[in-house]
Formats: sequence, structure tokens, C-alpha cells
Amino acid sequence: MFPKRVGLTLVALLLASACAPSGTPAGASPTAAGEKPQSGGELLYIVTAEPPTFDAHQSTTFATLQPISPHYSLLYKLDPADNVSKIIPDVADGMPTVSTDKLTWTIKLRQDVTFQDGQQMTAEDVVATYNKIINPPQGVTSPRKGVYAPVASVEATDKFTVTFKLKYATGSFLASLASPWNYIYSAAKLKQDPKWYEKNVDGTGPFTFVEYQKGSYWAGKKNPSYFGKDKNGTKLPYLDSYKAFFITDPNRQTAAIQSKQAMIEFRGFTPQQRDQLQRALGNDLAVQESPWVCVNYITFNTKKKPFDDARVRRALTLAIDRWSGGDALSKQTIVKDVGGLMRPKGPFAMSDADLQKIPGFYKDNAKAVDEAKKLLADAGVSNLTFNFLNRNVTTPYEPVAVFAINEWKKIGVTATHQVKETAAYLADLRAGNYDVGLDFNCDYFDEPDLQLAKFYSASGLGKGLNLAGYDDPKLDQMIDAQSRETDPAKRKQLVWDIERYAMGEQAYQVPVLWWYRIIPYLKIVRGYVIGSNHYTTMDMANIWLAKQ
Amino acid sequence: MTAAEDPARLRYLEETRLRRARSAVLDFIRRRPLGVAGAVVIVVMVFAAVFADVVAPYGPQEGTFSGLPEPPSLQHLLGTDAFGRDVFSRLLYGSRTALLVGFSSSLVGSTLGLILGVVGSYFGGKTDEIIERFMDVLISFPLVVIAIAVIAALGPGTTNVIAAITLPVIPRVARVVRSSGLAVVRMPYIEAARSVGVRAPRIMFRHMVPNVFAPYLIMLTAFLGQAVLLEATLSYLGLGVVEPEPAWGNMLRGQGMQFLDQAPWLAIAPGVAISLAVFGFNLFGDSLRDALDPRLRAA
Amino acid sequence: MQRYVAGRLLLMIPTLLGVAILTFLIMRVVPGDVVALRYSQAGAVSQDVIDRERRLLGLDKPIQDQFFDWMGQVVRLDFGQSLWTDRPVTEEIAARFGITLELAILAAIIASAIAIPLGVLAAVRQDSWVDYVIRVVSIGGLALPSFWLGILMILGLVVFFRWAPPLIFVPIWKDPVENLGQLIWPALSVGYRYSAVATRMTRSSVLEVLREDYVRTARAKGLRELWVVVRHALRNSLLPVTTVISLEFAFLFGGLVVTEQVFNVNGLGKLLVDAVAHRDYPLIQALVLIFSFVFVVVNFVVDLLYGVLDPRIRYA
Repeated sequence: MFPKRVGLTLVALLLASACAPSGTPAGASPTAAGEKPQSGGELLYIVTAEPPTFDAHQSTTFATLQPISPHYSLLYKLDPADNVSKIIPDVADGMPTVSTDKLTWTIKLRQDVTFQDGQQMTAEDVVATYNKIINPPQGVTSPRKGVYAPVASVEATDKFTVTFKLKYATGSFLASLASPWNYIYSAAKLKQDPKWYEKNVDGTGPFTFVEYQKGSYWAGKKNPSYFGKDKNGTKLPYLDSYKAFFITDPNRQTAAIQSKQAMIEFRGFTPQQRDQLQRALGNDLAVQESPWVCVNYITFNTKKKPFDDARVRRALTLAIDRWSGGDALSKQTIVKDVGGLMRPKGPFAMSDADLQKIPGFYKDNAKAVDEAKKLLADAGVSNLTFNFLNRNVTTPYEPVAVFAINEWKKIGVTATHQVKETAAYLADLRAGNYDVGLDFNCDYFDEPDLQLAKFYSASGLGKGLNLAGYDDPKLDQMIDAQSRETDPAKRKQLVWDIERYAMGEQAYQVPVLWWYRIIPYLKIVRGYVIGSNHYTTMDMANIWLAKQ
Repeated sequence: MTAAEDPARLRYLEETRLRRARSAVLDFIRRRPLGVAGAVVIVVMVFAAVFADVVAPYGPQEGTFSGLPEPPSLQHLLGTDAFGRDVFSRLLYGSRTALLVGFSSSLVGSTLGLILGVVGSYFGGKTDEIIERFMDVLISFPLVVIAIAVIAALGPGTTNVIAAITLPVIPRVARVVRSSGLAVVRMPYIEAARSVGVRAPRIMFRHMVPNVFAPYLIMLTAFLGQAVLLEATLSYLGLGVVEPEPAWGNMLRGQGMQFLDQAPWLAIAPGVAISLAVFGFNLFGDSLRDALDPRLRAA
Repeated sequence: MQRYVAGRLLLMIPTLLGVAILTFLIMRVVPGDVVALRYSQAGAVSQDVIDRERRLLGLDKPIQDQFFDWMGQVVRLDFGQSLWTDRPVTEEIAARFGITLELAILAAIIASAIAIPLGVLAAVRQDSWVDYVIRVVSIGGLALPSFWLGILMILGLVVFFRWAPPLIFVPIWKDPVENLGQLIWPALSVGYRYSAVATRMTRSSVLEVLREDYVRTARAKGLRELWVVVRHALRNSLLPVTTVISLEFAFLFGGLVVTEQVFNVNGLGKLLVDAVAHRDYPLIQALVLIFSFVFVVVNFVVDLLYGVLDPRIRYA
């Protein structure tokens, strides 16, 4: 029954499929209410890059978290049923007790947690873990060390109690304790060799390590001594085992799901990949979509003329009609929502009405274009030309850049797209060897401390992060102030002031469009909630497979 | 009176030469239909490139930004891409990029190869040895490393893509030219020219180059097609000509690959253009080789 | 002969040394830094962290010190640690070597299986429509960008058979079906591509031989055409064809970059692309050296074979 003339038929099919109506995204229905999870089965998923190291403390890539998190637990974690902001205990026994001055955090630990080598987890292990992150020993790096700057000390006050002492109160500390990067490691192993976890696995998570075939796959199987239970008292995890396949080519990724070699990919697919899978798999496919804590910034080299002039920067952000751009680009790549420095629709997002008052976010683009032209004329650079530095990654950098270049034409500005390989692109951005660049930022949590970190002065806390190169003590103070504000409502106001100042008035680094995450997957996969990012809830403890 | 001094005979020889040239062309057309087909493709491509401004209904970067590609229609013969740009127009302008990349890299690469090959075979000894070793190094280098090195060091852009494609051509042509050159160098007239004190550059240019010109030409046409293909391959690795500049490579690997399912015309149009171009250059080059290499003429 | 072999072997040294120096220099000139890349995914990594890590990896040393350190190691066959994964480079390469080797061999077999019969047929029927069709078909392999051909193959398999090549590599001695199920497709796409040159070579060398006196004699003796072709023409034209295919094998070894990427085959080409993208110097240097080594050795063997198979060639 196979077609005889495969070649010709393939072309015919390609042509025919073009004329078919494109699929519409299905509503998100991760787990129908009241459905009872079933145990057993092997989860097969795609990871789109390979882990450079097994040690998540030292990693900044999802490629470490997605295949390796199933082996580990955290102190606190995001509730897998929400995966946005609700924090629940993992190896902690309940939420922390915080002193009235908010400087002492006491955390009780579960007593039924064991490492996969059989040894019991105690407060010593948590202390060793956090000490490694906060004060990394010789030969070990800790990229997120700065996040723990408020911590004065971590101590084991008894066998199952850990106490964090802070130098000053901060609104983001609980989120820092739920960081998906902070795998709990064994104190004994770390003492033996602080680099042991770079190449070995021993955690307290729901799965034990089976095999890693370089460049091909990572495999794990159920940890029978895992402490977790679901709300019905059933032991977790539900799955017997899992395999994570490393696939880099996007067309090959789609083919893997379409042929059911893999069930899900957790980072995010393009709308085209979604539509293709939907048309091919129909009812076998489910789709979840959500705004993502990832954004593209246009970064101006403020050390270079004329970008040292706020008027020029403001003109360039004014020209970009984000609202109509979001509509159009969301059909071809992974960006969609318009937002400021905090994720749109997230807990810190400014209302659209307020946002539309900020230059670059006006609904009336004609007015914005006039204003922009006037600003350029005032600055004496009406026919501005510059190089627009970008990296050679198609999704979403290429369409976003082509869009921006197109928008700049409207105000008489000519930008030359300068696409460099990621390594060279980063080198140029970091060295300030560019005019205007397309930068990006991704985080695991809606948290101003994380999202605003790259707005600190370039020669201060923002060293290596703030690629625009400016120094602005006023902005530094504003960011510090919101960080130390523990009243959530007041903190939001402070954050919004920062947005108005940093991206409106000064326009140092301006968001283009926020990313939009699309997860098309085989419907048999249950228990995964898309949330806001591709880093958290990757321990797979609550994921199960429906029997067909 | 020898035959050579007879004016009638000289005129006769002259006429025969002309007639021979004319008949060689006619012979090529008659005997090598594939070569002619290749030539036709090349002519069409050159025409498209030269007259892109006139023929193309739209500018290469002109479009109403709608967000979804449109299928082929009367307004847009080959449809539009996701930026609302006319695919047919981009294809025409893309032939400029293709020809520019193809001609400049194979011409520069082959010519440098020719020079190195001739110099090496003429002087022999140490000079030859050094050139040979250097060519060995270059030829055994993986293309990606060269390409990434050139493009990362010099920055992106059509010129640097050309440079990246030129480098691998040099040693391949140099080797072939050198082996032909070695045969020529032993010819008595070269020996004679040397002994009467004709200077080396003159001997090389007047006597050696014409004699190794056939392999040079064959390699040149072969690499023309390969260069077009290489540009597309570099695009797949994210190292080709960059958007929004129109090039077949970035059309195919960018929107073409992303919309393979929904809008296959975005891939089919540049894919066919690349294949046709490579076909054309190869068919022409092959037939040229057959025509120039007397050993392969049918008995 | 022995002197020739020794001489050729000695000549490999400057070539490989040249490759080593050039790779080293090129990669240091090219901008980009493994440490910055390693921490490029998430925002919050400060310059201090990066500087510290660079010091740990010895990337802050003067370039000549780095070079001599590295050469010193290589002479002892120690290629160092990957800067990206911090594992021994030899381990990284060993995991992929077999896959690329098998793929290159399969592709070479497929290329010969296509090229020899088609080339002979084209020569025997020179300038007929058979010849034209064969030439068009074989040039077709050259004319398709390899990633495009690969993606179409996978899409075709998925659409028509709801099946895609296995994602996991299994050694051929463990499960030949699974192994070939994965590797045959990339091998076909590459083999077809590389058959183009070999077909042309077969065709022209058979043409040449067919015109030799002894073939005419054989024909004149009234031997059957097929016998003439197989006995004389094919046998005598095998030499140049073998040459082309072995040389292509050498190229293939370093040239599977795109194909491995498209088919998600975990080979050396994919490793090289990643290594270059990561600026993983020790790994790049070792890989380029291996590719050059294979290339040089294959070339050498081909030259020797020439001497053995073709008595007309004498080594001076």
C-alpha cells in the first residue's frame, strides 16, 4: 500500500498540504480534573542541546536541567500544578519560619530523604550545597553567586534544621531557595571532591541514573526510595523510567514527535512546528501555550556616538510598533506579547494602559513615528545608519531583527543586519564592539531581582551583565530599593518606576517582544503544566502516561 | 620555397583555423546537447541577475508585513514569505548573490590555484615543495573550520562568504594545474626558451599557462556550481549571506525550512533554483571537459 | 620503493604540524570565548565569574605558552581536556569515531555501487540517451544541497511510513537492523552525492580503455561485448575509480558535518560543529588533526596502491 512514486508524491503532498487550512491551537488541557494518575511507562522527550556539565550549580543552560533534574531534589520548588509562582517544599518539611526582622530563616527538613547511594540526607548536606553555591571552593564556579549576596551565613542548627542568616531583608529570598539550579548534593561527596558532581550523579530525586550516551540520550529509572507522595498518598514518581534524546535540528525534532519517537519537548516549538504536528497527529496531540520569562532586548552601545544620546535611543524604540509586530511575528516565531521589563501577564506586569504611555509602547504608531523623527532631527542624526548586531540563531532572533530593521526604515534609519556566530556575537557585545545589538534574557521565575540584574551600572554590579555599558547611580538605587522592599504592592510600584525610567526615559536597553512558549506533545503525557519557563518542575515526579 | 612561406597556404591555414573554431562551436552544440542545456540555464541565470531590477515585480526587501506566507497567485507568482516579500522577486535578486558568490569565489580561487600550480611546477625543487606542503595543509582542513574562522574573524556579509568559499578551491585547482604543468615543463620548447634567456614570468605566462588552461577552465566551471551549493550549506550552519539580503541559501534554510509544512513554496522555489544552477554549471563543465580533453573524444 | 615510502611518511610530519599550527592560530584569532558561552544562557553571570573561570582553564596565559603546552601534550598523545565538558578529548572523540567511520564506509560502498555500473553503462553507450540519463541522474546528486535532501528524506519517511530513523545508535554487531535503520539514510544521501564524481570518473576511464589496442584486438577476436567490457575495460578502469572513491572517503570523514546534523547522527562532524561553536580549543585541535591525519594517510595509501596496481608507475 506504499506509494510507488514516493518522490513525486512527496512534492505533490507538500503542495497539497500548503493549501490545507492551518491548524488552530488546542486549548490547554494538561490533566482533566479528577483524572486518576496511572503508574508505569517510559517518558521519551527531546532536549534540544547537550549538557556541558552535570553540575547544575555551575550551569546556566536548560540543557543541564532538563535531562538531569529527575535525579535531584531542591529545598523548595515550584508547584508542578502551577509552575509559575506557587512555591512548595521539596526536601524541606513545610515553609520556612521567618523572624520578625526578616533576617533569620529557619527551615525544617524531611527525615525520610535518602541519596541514591543509600545515605540519609541531613542538614549538613543542605548546608554544604548552599555553601558551594554561595562561596564556591577553588576550581568551582558559581554563576548565580550574586543572587545570594544578602546571605550572611548558612548553618545546620540541628540534624534536620537549616538556618539562613541574612545581611538585609529581601523580597526575593524564597524564590532564591526554590531555584531549579540548586540541586541538593551530598556533603560527603562534596568534601571528597567539590567537582565530583560535574561528571557524576547522586541525588535524592525521583529517578536514578541509568546511562548517558554522549550526543544521543540520557536515561533514568524510577528511584524506589524516593520520598515523594502525591495527594492521594501514592508513591511518586509515576513513571518507571525516562529517556531524554538530544536533537538539535528543528526539522528532526518535529519528525521525532510526528513519528512518535518522542512525546514532548520542554523548551518550546515554533507555531509552524505546532501546526505541522497538529495536522499530522490530530487528536493524539495536545498543546499548551504561555507567555515566557524570556525576552529580546535591543541594547544600545551607550559608549558610542550617537547612542550616548537618550533622544536617539528613544527615537529608535519609538519607531517599533510592538503591538502589530507581536501579532504578525507570533505567527512565525516564538515571540508574542508586548511587555516592559517584567513578563506580560506575570505577577509584576504593568497594565497595558500604563504601558502604552511609555515611549515605544504607544498604540498610535503614526504619532510615535513623528515623535521619533523629531527626536532624531533634534539630535542632528536624521539619516542615521548603523550596524545591528545579532547572533546566527534563527528562532527567534532572525525574524525579530528583520522586523526591527523594517520598523526603523519608517523613520529614515538604515540598520545593517550584522549576524555573527554566537561566540563572536557574545565577544562583541561584551567588549562593547557594536552599535546596536539584539540581546536576550531568560529566567526561571517572575522576579524583579533576576530580570533587573542586567540594568545595574556596567562598572558596578552590572559588570558583564549590562552590555549597554552605562553607569547610572540613580538606577542602581532604584533597583536596590525594590529588592529590599518586602511589601509586594509597594514593590510593584517601585518596579514600574524603574521600567518608566530605564526603558522609557533613558531607553538604555529596550524589550522588543516577550517570548511565547508553545509545547505541542502527545496527549498521553499527563501532569505537565507549562508555567512560565523551561527550567522549573523538570524532576518529572508528577508526570504520568495515560494508557491508550 | 617551403610550404610555410607560401602566402596562399598561409591564408588557407588561417581560414581553416577560423573554420575549425566555428565548427568546434557547432560541433559542441550538435554533439553535446547536455552541455547546451547547461549553457541555457547559465544564460537564463545571468539574464535574471543582470535584469533583476527590470524583471522583478517587487523589490527584494519590499513587503507588507502580515505574518503569514501567501501561496502563489497572479500578484505573486511564487507566493510571498512571512514578511510579505515576493518570493519570485527575491529569487531573481538572489541569482545576483548566487552568481556573485559563484563567479568570484571560483574565479579567484581557481586563478590563485593556477598561479601556485604553474609556479610550483615551473620552478620545482624547494619552491614546489613548500607550495605543495602548504596546499596539503589547506586541502586536509575541514571546510567548516575554514568557513567559521573566516566568517567569525572577518564578520558576516557576502564578501566574507566569498572568501570562505574561495579558500578550499585554491589547493584543489593548484594540484591539478601542477600535475599538468609538470608535463609541460619538460617540453623541449620550454627548455629552449630557458636556454635563450627568456625570463621566467614570461615563459610561465606565454607558454605554460595556455597549456594548462584546459584543466583550469574545467575546474573553474565545476567549482562555479559547487560555490552556489556551498553558500546554501553555509547558510544551514548559520554562516551564509544574512537576511534581509536575498540569497537562495538563506531563503531555503530560513523560512523555507521553518515553513516546510505550511508553505512549501518557500523551500521549493530556492531549492529548485539552487539545483538548476548547479545542474547547469555541471552539465556545461562536463561537456566542456569532454570537448577539451581529446583523449575522451569518441573514436 | 622503500625510500619512497619512508620519504612520504616523513612528509606527513610537516603537513600535520602545519595543520596543527594553523588550527591553533586560527582559533585564537577568531573572537569568542568558551567561558562566556558557557554562561550565556541565563542573565546573571558577572565578569568576575568569567575571569576566574578563564584563569582556571589557563586561557589567560600568553598564546605561545598555550601552544607549547599543547604540543608538549600531543607529542605524548595526550590531547587534553575539553573546555566545554571538562572530559578528556580522547574520550569525547572515541564515543563518536566509530559512528562516523561506519557512516563514511557505508557511504563509500553506496557511492561505488551506484558509480561503477552506471559509469560503465554510460561509457558503453556513449552519447546515447542512456548516457545522458545517467549523467543527469548522477549530477542530480551534486545539485541538491545535502541538508535539503536529508530533510526531505526524513519528511518522506515520516509522512508516508509514519516512521523515522532510530534516534539511538546501536553498534552493528549488536543489532544490524537497528544500526542500518539509523545509518542507511544518511549514507544514501551522502553516497548518492559522492557517486556523481565517481560515475564520471568510471565513465571516462572506461572510455579511455575501450579505445586501447588490446580491447580492439579482443573485439576483433570476436569476443562478446559484455565479456570485453567486464574482462578488460572494467578491470583496467578500476584503478582510477578506486582512487576517486578513496579520496572521497578521506573528504567524507571531515565532510559529514551537515548530514550528521540533519539526521541527528552522533558523529565527529556534529562534534566538530559544536566544538567550533563552543570555542572548545583542545577538542577542535584534536579533531582537525584527526581529519587531516586520515586524509593524509588515505592519500598515501592510494599512491602506494597505484604503484602496486599499475606497473607503469615507478617511484623515483
